[in-house]
Amino acid sequence: MTVAPKREDYDVVVIGAGPAGLAAAATSAEAGLSTLLLDENIGPGGQVFRAIASTPVTERNQLGADYWVGADLVQSLRASNAEVIHRATVWSLDRNLDIAVSIGGASAFVKAKRVILAIGALERPFPIPGWTLPGVMTAGAAQTMLKSSALVPDGRTVIAGQGPLLWLLAAQILRLGGRIDRILDTTERGNYFAALPHAFAFLTSPYFAKGLSMMREVKAKVQVVSGVTELAASGDGQLASVSYVAGGKRETIPTDLLLLHQGVVPNVNLAMAAGIEHRWDDLQLCWSPVLDASGNSSVAGIAIAGDGAGIGGANAAVVRGRIAARAAVDALAPASAAKLPATMATLRSDLAKAERGRLFLDTLFRPAPQFRIPSGDTIVCRCEEVTAKDVLDSVAIGATGPNQLKAYRRTGMGPCQGRLCGLTVTELMAQARGKTPQEIGYYRLRAPVKPITLAELAAVPKSEADVKAVVRG
Amino acid sequence: MSKNVDAIVIGGGIHGCSTTLHLCLAGLKPVLIEKDYAGRHASGVNAGGVRQLARHIPEIPLSIRSMGIWEKITDLLDDDCSFESHGQVLVAEDEDELAVCRARVAELNALGFTHEELIDAAELRRLVPAVAETCPGGVVSRRDGAANPAQTTTAFRRKAERLGATVREGVAAGNIRYSDGLWHVDAGSESFAAPVLVNAAGAWAGKIAADLGEPVPVETVAPMLMITSRVPHFIDPVVILRGRKLSFKQFKNGTVLIGGGHLAKPYQDRNETVLDWKSLATSAQTVFELFPVMRSATIVRAWAGIEAKMKDDIPVFGPSSRHRGLYHQFGFSLHGFQLGPGAGAVMAELIVNGGTQTRVSDLGIDRFHPSTL
Repeated sequence: MTVAPKREDYDVVVIGAGPAGLAAAATSAEAGLSTLLLDENIGPGGQVFRAIASTPVTERNQLGADYWVGADLVQSLRASNAEVIHRATVWSLDRNLDIAVSIGGASAFVKAKRVILAIGALERPFPIPGWTLPGVMTAGAAQTMLKSSALVPDGRTVIAGQGPLLWLLAAQILRLGGRIDRILDTTERGNYFAALPHAFAFLTSPYFAKGLSMMREVKAKVQVVSGVTELAASGDGQLASVSYVAGGKRETIPTDLLLLHQGVVPNVNLAMAAGIEHRWDDLQLCWSPVLDASGNSSVAGIAIAGDGAGIGGANAAVVRGRIAARAAVDALAPASAAKLPATMATLRSDLAKAERGRLFLDTLFRPAPQFRIPSGDTIVCRCEEVTAKDVLDSVAIGATGPNQLKAYRRTGMGPCQGRLCGLTVTELMAQARGKTPQEIGYYRLRAPVKPITLAELAAVPKSEADVKAVVRG
Repeated sequence: MSKNVDAIVIGGGIHGCSTTLHLCLAGLKPVLIEKDYAGRHASGVNAGGVRQLARHIPEIPLSIRSMGIWEKITDLLDDDCSFESHGQVLVAEDEDELAVCRARVAELNALGFTHEELIDAAELRRLVPAVAETCPGGVVSRRDGAANPAQTTTAFRRKAERLGATVREGVAAGNIRYSDGLWHVDAGSESFAAPVLVNAAGAWAGKIAADLGEPVPVETVAPMLMITSRVPHFIDPVVILRGRKLSFKQFKNGTVLIGGGHLAKPYQDRNETVLDWKSLATSAQTVFELFPVMRSATIVRAWAGIEAKMKDDIPVFGPSSRHRGLYHQFGFSLHGFQLGPGAGAVMAELIVNGGTQTRVSDLGIDRFHPSTL
């Protein structure tokens, strides 16, 4: 059944039903604002709480207690008056707060007084030799299958990379009876020392105990190779083996499935296409939107919450969602703000608590340059099959940034709109030109941020002026 | 202290870059000043149509001159600019439109122009097999084609630089003034002086002209384009419609570009445009009706470039009517890309020789201002 939005105008439109979006929509609706929550998935939860209302995994400890927190968020959203539409892909948002959304193959337009973007994160590209071979996938994709269909790998499986999610996924796979042959940890040895000054905050954060026990659980069952400095996948049309270097020693192991992960980065496409200013974050090595303390962006009326505002994890996302919604309530219906359970001051202190330990994690899991900035024949842009060497050749004849590179190589012009190559291209060009990523910049992104069919666009109601313009004369 | 050069060109679109290159070819040392980077706006993001077809009569001589350069573009730039020549076809959707086409071709023939040719339904179907069966014919300009606009504009800039032009990108030209027979222009921390100044600043050129006492009826517009995912090859020429706003072109890689002049809202000061999806939906519907093969293709991106449109839809091209050494080259009104190579060549002739064999007299700024020179 396809449900179009009930109205054309809303006080608040929240985009994305992960932790931040669920919290934001519930808060906004609770204060009496007309609220629409649009989400691309078939049910609430986003990635961290994926399939929270429908997962076939019922043994609660298999997905962990943190996962089931999502159920409470869904509960409070359902108790509110927020209108919720799933399988709703927002494909355009502009600075006038006009939103185009595709629902069940038909597009509708809605207008908001406030927009809260809660579009979360994407996995950072991991451009190693052979990463485009069938048989190589991201850890996030594997987790999606695990959560929504209880599918786990049963062939010879290697997980490579680093970061909290990598260990979480490994633990979840093992608990569900899946197979992992080896974990190749690419965390740079120097990062442990760099992270040390931030260790105290981390030790007192909720991540510490949970993270440690999860790593212990995984290490008890799987061989973990740490200090991996080189990594390549190979095979003839299909992954056959993974080779790596650790401690100066090279090893090659036959592999059916390689899961790659080196952290997540804000999903910037919709925000950038709306004209929101972003800056290069030199610690998290990604673009983050420029936001005030309430999540308000450089475009009036658009706030960003959750990992799309800069990676902070699920707990921080929930609080950021509440803060952004609370700011919307303060702006649109200040009289109703008193109805809300938490004051802004309480929320801000909750946020500080939720963000504790983040600096440690960011420093420890800052990916090594050789796994971010490829060389030679390694593919950078999968859509157009552009290699690192192709990019450098274009720089040599005058391409100065990602947008000029499009003219030479079509990078970023394929259906993924740079999601899989953007960061790599920026960092590669920055290195080649001796500039900072901030100076090099990013692709200018444009709607539709997700492709729509010509037939769907053709069926959109036209403006009156255009209908008149096509009358033959 | 100003640095002395032979000419200062403001604006790194295809026009500014082409003029800079042709001044180099004539032995001059010009400087090109571009506030963003070459091809940042309309010149780099237009539909890439290389079209003599359906042009306003006053600009046809310039267009024909330009076509000759396009056909040897690799010799000029050491870059093929992805130029390909499969013709451009204007489709008449009914008999009334075909009658207008017939009259137009007759008018051009009477003026001595032969590049446009009337075609019947059979020839239309041969050239564009996928077009709806109801279309009775149209007009073809067989030498026309398309090129990659960003690649082309960049290639002009690069060749100009190689031949000795100074190129300053990322700095706006400012403090334009005339003293002691020289034009002085600041660019960031530098200052340049030259006897010749070319105003090729696109959407920003109208203000430069007005500040120099030559206001013209110009507005800033942002025509929208959209591109699809790859679909099997089904069309070679560029197609435009007689009645409705549509231009249509399939690239070698299978992607299809859909344009036609529906406008986005430009925010010139921010280098931004906000798309009007309801107008783009009109273009989608036109394609839907005309090319059934396209119905399931997906739209992957839409955009708009900022440019200048004159009230009379033809450019301002040639010497100033008030100031010695000042030349205007702007206001190409959504159809300047094809003219770029020729306009640069002709502008260099005007500057270096004081005249040209190509008829451009109908394009001068004196159509708005009687000469006071």
